[in-house]
Amino acid sequence: MSMSTSNPSPTPEVLTELRRAGAADVKPEKALIFELSREGRRAYSLPFCDVPADDDLESLIPGALLRKQPASLPEVYEVDVIRHYTELSRRNFGVDNGFYPLGSCTMKYNPKINEDAARLSGFARIHPYQPEESLQGAFELLYTLQNDLAALTGMDFVTLQPAAGAHGEWTGLMMIRAYHESRGETRTKVIVPDSSHGTNPASATTAGLDTITIKSNERGFVDLDALRAAVGPDTAALMLTNPSTLGLFEEQIEEIAAIVHEAGGLLYYDGANSNAIMGITRPGDMGFDVVHLNLHKTMSTPHGGGGPGAGPVGVKQHLIPFLPKPVVSKRQDGSYFFDYERPQSIGRVKSYYGNFGILVRAYTYIRTYGPEGLRRVSECAVLNANYMMARLSEAYEIPYPGVCKHEFVMSGRGLKQYGVRTLDVAKRLLDFGYHPPTIYFPLNVEECIMIEPTETESKETLDAFIDTMIRIAKEAQDTPELVLNAPYTTVVRRLDETLAARKPVLNCSCR
Amino acid sequence: MTSQHRYIPMTEQDQTEMLQTIGAASIDDLFRDIPASIRYEGTLPMSGALDEWALLRHLKQLAGRNADQDSSISFLGAGLYDHHIPVVINHLASRSEFYTAYTPYQPEISQGELQAIFEFQSYICELTGMAVANASMYDGATALAEAAALASAHTRRKRIVISRAVHPEAREIVRTTARGLGLDVVEVAVKDGLTDMDALAAAIDETTAAVLLQSPNFLGGIENLAAIEPAVHAAKALLVVSANPLSLGLLESPGALGADIVVGDAQPLGIASSLGGPTCGFFAVAEPLMRRMPGRIVGQTKDLDGKRGFVLTLQAREQHIRREKATSNICSNQALLALCASIYLSVMGKQGIRDTAELNIRKSHYGARMLGALEGFSLPWQPQTPFFNEFVLRLPDGINVSELNRRLLQEGFFGGYDLGGAYPELEGHMLVAVTEKRTREEIDAFAAALGRLSKVVHV
Repeated sequence: MSMSTSNPSPTPEVLTELRRAGAADVKPEKALIFELSREGRRAYSLPFCDVPADDDLESLIPGALLRKQPASLPEVYEVDVIRHYTELSRRNFGVDNGFYPLGSCTMKYNPKINEDAARLSGFARIHPYQPEESLQGAFELLYTLQNDLAALTGMDFVTLQPAAGAHGEWTGLMMIRAYHESRGETRTKVIVPDSSHGTNPASATTAGLDTITIKSNERGFVDLDALRAAVGPDTAALMLTNPSTLGLFEEQIEEIAAIVHEAGGLLYYDGANSNAIMGITRPGDMGFDVVHLNLHKTMSTPHGGGGPGAGPVGVKQHLIPFLPKPVVSKRQDGSYFFDYERPQSIGRVKSYYGNFGILVRAYTYIRTYGPEGLRRVSECAVLNANYMMARLSEAYEIPYPGVCKHEFVMSGRGLKQYGVRTLDVAKRLLDFGYHPPTIYFPLNVEECIMIEPTETESKETLDAFIDTMIRIAKEAQDTPELVLNAPYTTVVRRLDETLAARKPVLNCSCR
Repeated sequence: MTSQHRYIPMTEQDQTEMLQTIGAASIDDLFRDIPASIRYEGTLPMSGALDEWALLRHLKQLAGRNADQDSSISFLGAGLYDHHIPVVINHLASRSEFYTAYTPYQPEISQGELQAIFEFQSYICELTGMAVANASMYDGATALAEAAALASAHTRRKRIVISRAVHPEAREIVRTTARGLGLDVVEVAVKDGLTDMDALAAAIDETTAAVLLQSPNFLGGIENLAAIEPAVHAAKALLVVSANPLSLGLLESPGALGADIVVGDAQPLGIASSLGGPTCGFFAVAEPLMRRMPGRIVGQTKDLDGKRGFVLTLQAREQHIRREKATSNICSNQALLALCASIYLSVMGKQGIRDTAELNIRKSHYGARMLGALEGFSLPWQPQTPFFNEFVLRLPDGINVSELNRRLLQEGFFGGYDLGGAYPELEGHMLVAVTEKRTREEIDAFAAALGRLSKVVHV
């Protein structure tokens, strides 16, 4: 389905005319909830106070501890609340609105059954400190998910505690550090390629480790000579995304693993790009010692507008003693429990046991597919990406031709001669009802456009998007100002980011 | 080819046409860059596929094996509370324009999420009394750990002083984080249910980066922040307070009492307990610390026509720009749950948040009175230690708390948290939470059950 035909917005030309004519309210400004407030209105319904309430509140809580000035929250009624947030939702774009080929983010369809599952009372309304025997269904789900993810990644054990990918990275690096320390070794250097996610070096820093960045070779792969030069007795780990952020599979992964392992370091797998390889190859078989997965990407739990996610971490046998505690374990009698008796554990990384509601969704997703279905997911994700790359190569430069995996990068630098940049192409895409691809990442590709279609998009959707991309490239050549001034159909036009950072207004100060 | 799955549109014909366009012989051909030696052959030993109906049945069976807050009457808190969740929250948060979106990287089509976060930041500033708040953190405990990291970076000091009255799990996470960053963590004793003031004063020195407190603390007590603040600032350390946001409907804001950083968990604001996650951490600071804040921040700006709009801002702080120089690696937030908290606060408004806080105070004080009056039971530190909606109950000698809780569960109650594990000196004590949801009848029934069972449950 092409969004451009389903969305009967005025044409950009008409909108430009309207704006020129001074029709500034083509799309009106949206009020803040605070601006809707009218004294005396209410949207709440509270339980009755059926206990004695004659005492002065100050007889229960000393007056000095009470607020002098009430918090200035808005006073609205229920319809205001509904219309306000409904309107906000209409000013937002999700996967359910249209194609969202945001590279490295795996914006696949978020199945509705996942949402129903997480809302079941026996999952949503349970407390981790309930008696253990009253949580056996939840424990069984966690234990099964741990094992499923271990099988999928080729690891020996998985912790479900980390709340997000970056949180998983830090957890994994803390375990690697503890492992080296337990062997009496001081290893402080983490090697990352220049195409890595920014979280990799940041996670190293917060785990008390130093980062060494190595250059990729001309084909976008890890430069083995640079790697050999970087490793040594101080190497703690190499962090790698495979397929890389360029969408390329590191063909020499076994040699890479050997170089790092021979130097005494460990291999960390950033699982951001796992959607390419499910059932086809496993990080554990490639030689990785630690893996994190982003369940909000690969396992379709929604991104939620920026979170919550979940970043489980899988490890090989030699790292099991260092897993964050507790871990979910099974007794001989078949009952499950939180195991806290782990003397070498790095400690706790998240309160309770991770983002359980997200784990329920991921488990639900896995069971809609099973192992064969998950393999098909990766096959279709890769086929879609290669198809897009093949067709888009007629209008955009493909810096790394050949086969790609679930995503690929293009360069928009061919349009610079017309004064049009990748950012402008992205903004123009908004007028056609698309979320643009990731842009300007990875950093080592000029005017980078990174596209990840995922497996849940049809050939018609891909074709319509490709046609639009080709059309925009032509617009850039013929009528560059049309692209430079885009978008035209959105509720706001391009926003002044410099102003926002220079004079920060970070709350409404509605007092 | 496996059978056609409902989430995947690829037909055999699509596949043939697409492979032709690519110039590939087969799908396998697209994986030719993966060495044969590391290809997985066979079927992964994972849970198998179920049809939609069978999957729902399976999930309901698993869920049905858990006791929940619908089937049981909860007096369990310890950081996760059974508050009423207004029905509109689920309806609005279920709008998929919110939950199927990613971080608002393209502001022109993400104004809804950006404005929702801007309003969340405004709500958190209002409640905490702080100048700026971020877009949210994983949870209250990781937010507290990030506050310790911020304080250390800001003061260039390495010593973190934390009260033992802070949630035990949050203290564990602070310790894990501190190990990563090379910080020392010093714990301060509890006296009469509150942070021991003398011990705290003795623990603060010129190397102290921050003092970390929780109020109401894990044991329910409301800390005397006004009395603590001067000693912290005299040492040029930062005062970090983890607060229950619902209590701030009536309790003085930590900002007004001199806190430099206020964090906490928004779970009490319309978020389900869900075995402890996902919830939503919040993080607010005084103005001078603004550019050191971790996480996403939304700011107001103007578009080309001068119209108000919102963008992610101050990104120079963040990991994708600073990489190894970043002081935090967080690159997400709990946007969907921050949205739930915002909707909750919109529903409550100025009066509702006060009324809810007052109901919590009155019902918990009634509960304390009833339970404390049971034969052999007592309330240590009462009446001198003020509390919000949670209090410590001492059980008659010789009672095994977890066994008692098992028996209570059979009678339809979630009893209080067993304090003996995290606080050995409080063996035989239970932390009881009473929210606005508990009726007088339920409280009385709980008291009766406790009284009866305490006579039959022994070590």
